[in-house]
Amino acid sequence: MIEAIAFYTFATLTIAMFTITVMSKNALYAMSALAAGMIFISGFFFLLDADFLGVVQIIVYTGAVMALYAFGMMFFDSTKDVKENNTSNKVVFLLSGMSALLLVVIFVAPIISDKVQALYPMKEGIGNAEAVGIVLFTKYLVPFEVAAVMLLVAMISGIIMASKRMDESLTLKDDDEIQEKAVQ
Amino acid sequence: MSGAFIIETIIKILIVLGLFSALAGFATYVERKVLAFMQRRLGPMHVGPYGILQVLADGIKLFTKEDFVPQNAVKSIFKIAPVITAATAFMAMAAIPMFPEFTIGGYTVRPIISDINVGLLYVLGVMAVGMYGPLLAGMASGNKWSLIGAARTTIQLLSFEIVTGLSVLAPLMMVGSLSLIDINNYQSGGMENWIIWSQPVAFVLFLIAGFAETNRTPFDLLEHEAEVVSGYATEYSGMRWGMFFIGEYANLFTVSFLVSIIFLGGFNDWGFIPGAIAILLKVFFFIFLFLWTRAAWPHIRPDQLMWLCWKVLMPVALINIVITGIVLMI
Repeated sequence: MIEAIAFYTFATLTIAMFTITVMSKNALYAMSALAAGMIFISGFFFLLDADFLGVVQIIVYTGAVMALYAFGMMFFDSTKDVKENNTSNKVVFLLSGMSALLLVVIFVAPIISDKVQALYPMKEGIGNAEAVGIVLFTKYLVPFEVAAVMLLVAMISGIIMASKRMDESLTLKDDDEIQEKAVQ
Repeated sequence: MSGAFIIETIIKILIVLGLFSALAGFATYVERKVLAFMQRRLGPMHVGPYGILQVLADGIKLFTKEDFVPQNAVKSIFKIAPVITAATAFMAMAAIPMFPEFTIGGYTVRPIISDINVGLLYVLGVMAVGMYGPLLAGMASGNKWSLIGAARTTIQLLSFEIVTGLSVLAPLMMVGSLSLIDINNYQSGGMENWIIWSQPVAFVLFLIAGFAETNRTPFDLLEHEAEVVSGYATEYSGMRWGMFFIGEYANLFTVSFLVSIIFLGGFNDWGFIPGAIAILLKVFFFIFLFLWTRAAWPHIRPDQLMWLCWKVLMPVALINIVITGIVLMI
């Protein structure tokens, strides 16, 4: 009973939040709703007794959306509305309608064929984190390591892109020197 | 789920909410008194004996002040930001075992609202969500000082979160569990079993990250009075401003409880001192340490914070993890 109430509460909240994310013209509303929606999703993990994944969802998306805010802060005046220019309403409706249809098919198909079953059911006496670890380091070892290498590549390229002028520090310079740089 | 369980949980939630709101208010008084003592002043003296009713007077002032929303602010986000700070601070306390189990009239009470088996990660994650409060407040205020405060919130979160996670990893590898109760029980053999003796580096790193997590001096860049007026809180007044402070002081207690449980033996009996009093002593020592640091240390610059977190603390934490792993394997 409590599970059902909690599920429908979280479902409504999540859908409402992501609707605001898509519909709002204000960057601040959109990003806050995105963060809230991501955190409400963790509620589903907690309801399914997957505490570890729920907490990971919170931690990962807190940092990720926070970085998004940083970009929003740099590129927009977040208190003003953003003017959107839709070139063609037809394309927008077609694409969103098709993706909605696709999502419905994806989620309804397993229910109709009644083949939903857990491939790796939880065993008694194994905690959440251990269960994830066992699957990651046996069955999914290769994808896991490939993902790790890809993240490393992304990190190194990020550092190289950002570090072109890392040996100079603006805070240690006089105003005159900065002015000279700007003139050049 | 039985009825008794639901009633018990609701009572626990009410106790935690009431107690820590009151303690947060009282902590402001203690902070002013301790700072005054360190700076050879008297501090609040006029309201009640030794100024102890100052908290009440401040409360009345905050409640009766005008609830002011600036004209160019994004109204709903501006209003919701303080609630995020206060709510997440109390949500984080749900997974902290405050005291050892005790029995009232044959009914065993476990002083923890929800014992999930990833308690530590949950507390750290929810406390990090609390940083959205200052961020949203700063971005929604329509004020340049506030915006700088919000930008500083972002760099602070992105800097300290990784240090918190990595520093706490080494003790977790020794214990082998994310549950705070398991971590506490691991150290049950007396003072020589405390994790601080085997993980002193992790202890120092976690404490430094805790200062950044709760926006305390020397890392209180978000509302650095000398630089950005009051940072993210510049446009706030009355109870909305008060909620930021309740959240901040509640976080102070959360971090103190976390450090005591992970590194200093938690609520195990300490020699002849019973566990409940032992953990209170440790928590109040850390609260005092937070205030002491505020009196003794200057603020640091944002670039110094990033330098400290990414170039000093993170490599040290990584080396600590590698050494712990090698020792555990041998």
